Amino acid sequence: MQATVRVKRHNQELPATHGKFQEFSFDVPANTTVLDALIKIREEIDGTLAVRCSCRASICGSCGMRVNGQARLACKTKITDVSKDGAPVTVEPMGNMPVIKDLVTDMTLFWDKVRQVEPYLQPSGPEPKGEYIASDESMTHLVGVMNCIMCGACVSDCTALEVDKNFIAPAALAKAYRFVADPRDGAAKQRLAKLNEYGGVWDCTRCYYCVEVCPKDVAPMDRIMKLRDLAMEAGYNNTPGSRHTRSFARSVKKGGLLNETMLAVESTGLFNIPGQLAQAPIGIKSFIKGKLPNPLGHKIPARKRIKRVFEKVEAERK
Amino acid sequence: MKYAWWPGCVARGATPELYTSTVAVLKRLNIEFEEMHDFSCTGAGVLQERNLKLADTLNVRNFAIAEKLGLPIMTVCSTCQGVMAQAHYRVMKDPAYLKEINGVIAEEGLEYKGTTVIKHLLWILTEEVGVDELKKHFTRNLSCISVAPFYGCYLLRPTNALGYDEKPEREAELDRVIEATGARFIDFAGKKKCCGFPILLINQQNSLKMVANHTGAAKDGGADAMVTPCPLCHLNLDGYQDKATKRNRPDHQKVSLPIIHFPQLVGLAMGIEPEDLGFQKHMVSTKDLLATVRSKATPVAR
Repeated sequence: MQATVRVKRHNQELPATHGKFQEFSFDVPANTTVLDALIKIREEIDGTLAVRCSCRASICGSCGMRVNGQARLACKTKITDVSKDGAPVTVEPMGNMPVIKDLVTDMTLFWDKVRQVEPYLQPSGPEPKGEYIASDESMTHLVGVMNCIMCGACVSDCTALEVDKNFIAPAALAKAYRFVADPRDGAAKQRLAKLNEYGGVWDCTRCYYCVEVCPKDVAPMDRIMKLRDLAMEAGYNNTPGSRHTRSFARSVKKGGLLNETMLAVESTGLFNIPGQLAQAPIGIKSFIKGKLPNPLGHKIPARKRIKRVFEKVEAERK
Repeated sequence: MKYAWWPGCVARGATPELYTSTVAVLKRLNIEFEEMHDFSCTGAGVLQERNLKLADTLNVRNFAIAEKLGLPIMTVCSTCQGVMAQAHYRVMKDPAYLKEINGVIAEEGLEYKGTTVIKHLLWILTEEVGVDELKKHFTRNLSCISVAPFYGCYLLRPTNALGYDEKPEREAELDRVIEATGARFIDFAGKKKCCGFPILLINQQNSLKMVANHTGAAKDGGADAMVTPCPLCHLNLDGYQDKATKRNRPDHQKVSLPIIHFPQLVGLAMGIEPEDLGFQKHMVSTKDLLATVRSKATPVAR
């Protein structure tokens, strides 16, 4: 079949194509991957094309790049998966990282963030004679997160990182969860204290990009949500994020629906006077437009039943 | 065609114009609906981070109520749609989990068997009504305006829970409706990204950067308005737009881009009066946009 690949070029030594998309068309077998196609270009059409790859079997995590605008492993993506009726496939380097050459990005930021969470076991108590033993049951829930191959796809497409390079981003947070939830680790509380700070778990926007683009089903965002819960359980509640979640749960438990006005007031912090004043203009504007939600909240007729559901499921957890 | 309508918290609170415009459009299309007054909040992804089973139980309870009525659920919020779809996906692939949840709601005489269909108004209009049929109801050709789409994360991801495997065309349904109205379609890179609303009360600086990036990019791309099927995106992109763009745009100027709800765009194309669609309730003025529509829109040629 005919394949058309549009590659974003980045090589200042080749000004004619630098910063532009270059299109290549050629015949390939039907099961060709995007990586196969790129290697074919490099070997048979244009030897200047830079591509990073190694295992070609979605194990090493080297060939992360954006295919049709979304981060993927080039070796795990068939041309036919991303191109209907021979439509051109667009290939670009990953986002949120500087480009070194063509499709090769500088992953320093990625590794710095992973190192920031101290990605190694920190046991407490006396050292055992042999290995640190953990039961199978206590580790199975970590199998998914241990599948991470550090390809950078989640970091590439993270929308929170896009606006704030201080955000620790999904890969490092998933890695942090892997240790916080490891029964052998003794530093969970200290880890959670750090993750609770600015740039940590609460800055995730819950946009699901990381879950969608992860080629190994690590579901980083789901781990971030667990870390938030663990941080609240550990008593780290003096943050807008924690106040936001707890206020939300309180209003649904009380009336069956969200109390939007109280959510804004309580997330900001009742005694945060500058914060409350900063919210006043939008509140007044909403009031004038006749759209300030009732500060007493909405209540549904079945609210007692909702409260009962809360009590039953919350009791199970305890 | 009849639906169990779940307006969600926002259409009943901070964006009443979404409620009004939805009702106006449904009436034009003769789509019957029954508002679900006993549904609870879906959890909006927030309750989920505190206690996933609790949030799933609340959603299954809603599904069971609709199932008892024999009606599919209609949502008008990307977040409600996404959160409900995810809950549904989780319980349907784990019968033991559903059984446990059914044990909790049994006290209320409810049991969920798994038959409720949950659809956003956007998908009802594109998949049930169909774009060709929808166009027959359009009387105003909106070729005089340029419109950019903004989907809302939860209508897009995760694709497996949202039925994209069976219906891959869902990734561009909003684009198709914009084109069907005759409006010039403005594509831009941010249309599928986060609007920033979930962190508005947590990290406002980052949230407003997102608002400025998206509204600015759409405006720079030539848009006269942006349309969204998500009232939470609307709240941020409309309510905080002036503050966000003044703070973050290189020229520190407002972009004044009206953010319109999905049924408002459809209603305009149907020839419904803008006042009946709640355009006067927006934070960013819609006056210039509506003046253009009033003076330049042509009747749809039949």
